[in-house]
Amino acid sequence: MADLSTNFIGIKSPNPYWLASAPPTDKAYNVVRAFKAGWGGVVWKTLGEDPPVVNVSSRYGAIGYKGNRVAGFNNIELISDRPLEVNLQEIKQVKRDWPDRAMIVSLMVPCTEDSWKNILKRIEDTEADGIELNFGCPHGMSERGMGAAVGQVPEYVEMVARWCKQYSRMPVIVKLTPNITNILSSARAAVRGGADAVSLINTINSITSVNLDLMAPEPTVDGKGTHGGYCGPAVKPIALHMVAEIARDPECKNIPISGIGGVETWRDAAEFMALGAGTVQVCTAAMHYGFTIVDDMNDGLANWMDSKGYRRIEDFRARAVPNVTDWQHLNINYQIVAQIDQDRCIKCGLCHIACEDTSHQAISALRVDGARRYEVVDEECVGCNLCLHVCPVENCITMKEIDNGKPFLTWKDDPRNPMNQKAAE
Amino acid sequence: MSEIDIRPDIATGRLKAEQYTENFDDLVPVLDRKTALVEANRCYFCYDAPCIEACPTGIDIPGFIKKIATDNVRGSAVRILEANIFGGACARVCPTEILCEQACVRNAQENKPVTIGRLQRYATDHLMATGEHPFTRAPLTGRKVAVVGAGPAGLSCAHRLAMLGHDVVVFEAKAHPGGLNEYGVAEYKMPDHFARAEVDFLLKIGGIEIRTGQALGRDITLSGLRRDYDAVFLGMGLAGVKALEAEGEELAGVMNAVDYIADLRQADDFGRLPVGRKVVVIGGGNTAIDIAIQIRRLGAEDVTLVYRRGPSEMGATHHEQELAQVNGVRIKHWARPVKLTGQGGAVREAVFEYTQLDADGRLIGTGDHFAVPADMVFKAIGQSFVPDPLRQDGRDLLELKGAKIAVDAEGKTSLDKVWAGGDCTPGQDLTVAAVQDGKIAALAIDRALRG
Repeated sequence: MADLSTNFIGIKSPNPYWLASAPPTDKAYNVVRAFKAGWGGVVWKTLGEDPPVVNVSSRYGAIGYKGNRVAGFNNIELISDRPLEVNLQEIKQVKRDWPDRAMIVSLMVPCTEDSWKNILKRIEDTEADGIELNFGCPHGMSERGMGAAVGQVPEYVEMVARWCKQYSRMPVIVKLTPNITNILSSARAAVRGGADAVSLINTINSITSVNLDLMAPEPTVDGKGTHGGYCGPAVKPIALHMVAEIARDPECKNIPISGIGGVETWRDAAEFMALGAGTVQVCTAAMHYGFTIVDDMNDGLANWMDSKGYRRIEDFRARAVPNVTDWQHLNINYQIVAQIDQDRCIKCGLCHIACEDTSHQAISALRVDGARRYEVVDEECVGCNLCLHVCPVENCITMKEIDNGKPFLTWKDDPRNPMNQKAAE
Repeated sequence: MSEIDIRPDIATGRLKAEQYTENFDDLVPVLDRKTALVEANRCYFCYDAPCIEACPTGIDIPGFIKKIATDNVRGSAVRILEANIFGGACARVCPTEILCEQACVRNAQENKPVTIGRLQRYATDHLMATGEHPFTRAPLTGRKVAVVGAGPAGLSCAHRLAMLGHDVVVFEAKAHPGGLNEYGVAEYKMPDHFARAEVDFLLKIGGIEIRTGQALGRDITLSGLRRDYDAVFLGMGLAGVKALEAEGEELAGVMNAVDYIADLRQADDFGRLPVGRKVVVIGGGNTAIDIAIQIRRLGAEDVTLVYRRGPSEMGATHHEQELAQVNGVRIKHWARPVKLTGQGGAVREAVFEYTQLDADGRLIGTGDHFAVPADMVFKAIGQSFVPDPLRQDGRDLLELKGAKIAVDAEGKTSLDKVWAGGDCTPGQDLTVAAVQDGKIAALAIDRALRG
């Protein structure tokens, strides 16, 4: 059986699954339940200075998709609304009771050196394994100059990271906000500041929906709403991209990454890790189904690793990173065309109408002896994959590689590239 | 004692009052919103959807289902009703398993079609509950059309004509409009006077007058209608019942299934209907199934349905046959009635001969017989068109084909100004087919009237 244990910047956990800093990790009761269920670690819900914040009701919004609940999730909850001392005592106790699990404390205090200095000392006393700097919270706290308001300014990220390294012996993880134009500016700032790792993504600015009766955004608080932080399965592609960008950036110097964003299954986790993440953090899936989902996340990952011959996570971690590249490095001579398995085809016609209306008119709708038949017109097919994605039948449409005899060629070297022609002239 | 013993066991009130309510409640209740949304989202929204082609009225099925999925339930109902004004009835009685749902591409994928009929009912029930009639009439033409028969064909025709701006008078022989929806369909498929509610809904378009108790050939004549109206549509259904042509058919307790069902459908109290302890049903169509199940649900102890051929030749669909079996009806295939025997003028036993196909594929008797005890015997071997009202001076006024009224693709008969549709014309004897006949004829009549 594969070994799922991880050692992430010196923080050990029996498996790579940490509960992200969020409501599920707000107090000992929940965290103990999580550990009992098998979670490898937690990032305790963000602590701030006393007096504690006050939260509103309601706090969550969600969007479903065609009958499935919570495809995307959003919240307007703030950091922990319990007194700092209560949290610290509980953290200390839980860590003592569960020494093999990772205990990371998320922090967010005003952007002054003293504030950080003071709180770091108190965290150290809990004997927690590390800290995570919450530079990502996009709502409420950012209006007070914290959270994303720090994370969006690379200089602040660097400064605070440096303070934390200066005033603490604990490993420092900087949690990055996706609400920026290029994730690398803040990631590089964290590296410059001496952070041991980054975690990403935090939630994305969002309005989940508009209540058309109230004419107000959801979640609605007494007739009004505000933007919240978006997460859940819908954000995974955004998170994967940002993780990959950091993983392949030379200036980020292979900084360890804790991947966050829509992780619900072992497969999601494996994808994050293939792109370089050393651990993954989970919140929405646990809030949707409870802590027991970690069972299959562990079991499924181990089974998959066994099937692939990976003994530890390091055996496959970051293996996909070299295959993430810029568009200009793609082989422009590579050619695929769709092919339809007529035995599997159920004649729904979706491939035809998608291609006919919105793409390249490369799937013809025929009637053969009265029966519907959909056929690919090879000469028109550009290999875009649209038909494959709209087809409701697994493996009915596949993409077939065409041996066109053309060599590997990138756009950079392509004679059709005007820039190239200019250079040639 | 022997006197009592030989009396047929026919009784009323075999069940408690609440059992009747339970037994004749909606067989398939309307979907709730959550279930409807899940089911609607199973629809792939096919291009050139096979289900549309399989629907005799050509309802835009993916279109109306998509609207359910977006909670545009009114829009969904309108999309259904614009193709089929009896969308509510058809949602209940259509043999969807051999029509739209059989064509659903999900069958090929997972053997489980989208439940189109139930979704259709979800939408149409929603609109009917609002009391709204969603269609308006075109500018009035001043033309007047006579419709004979207030069943699905006649009323479909009438509604479409009214929409197109013509005035319509519908002549109905029975006491209520609705045709088989009112008198023929099994109660549990259409409880709570749904058929009447649907007729009321349909009439809200305006411009349609229904005259009940008016039978063609008795109270009105085809010549008179042709003289007094700009066009005539005949949707008179099948008034005749085929005879067994077996000895003993005249015995007490031997009945036409359609007559009994009509009584049942009009009954205020099911407890007053006479119900035999041992019942035999002869026939293999939906009427046979309907009477078999309903008489069981009225409290008959043993119900045996006997059909002269095999399960696949039955007019009733596989689904209907299963429903009968689930209801405790014993189905015996490959046997034909030979004679009904009685005592004291009342039927006591039905005698059958086993059948088989000969080398040429013809049905023949094997010579072996068996008897089934029976207090009641229902004849359900089919209905026939009665052409008498269309005869004048000993000859048919219009051309017949296969013992029904001959029509072209648009329902036009051989006679000027006269169209026909529904069960009285050749084609499938389905509600949905009748609705389509009426609609097509109305469009043709409209074109003719506008010249």
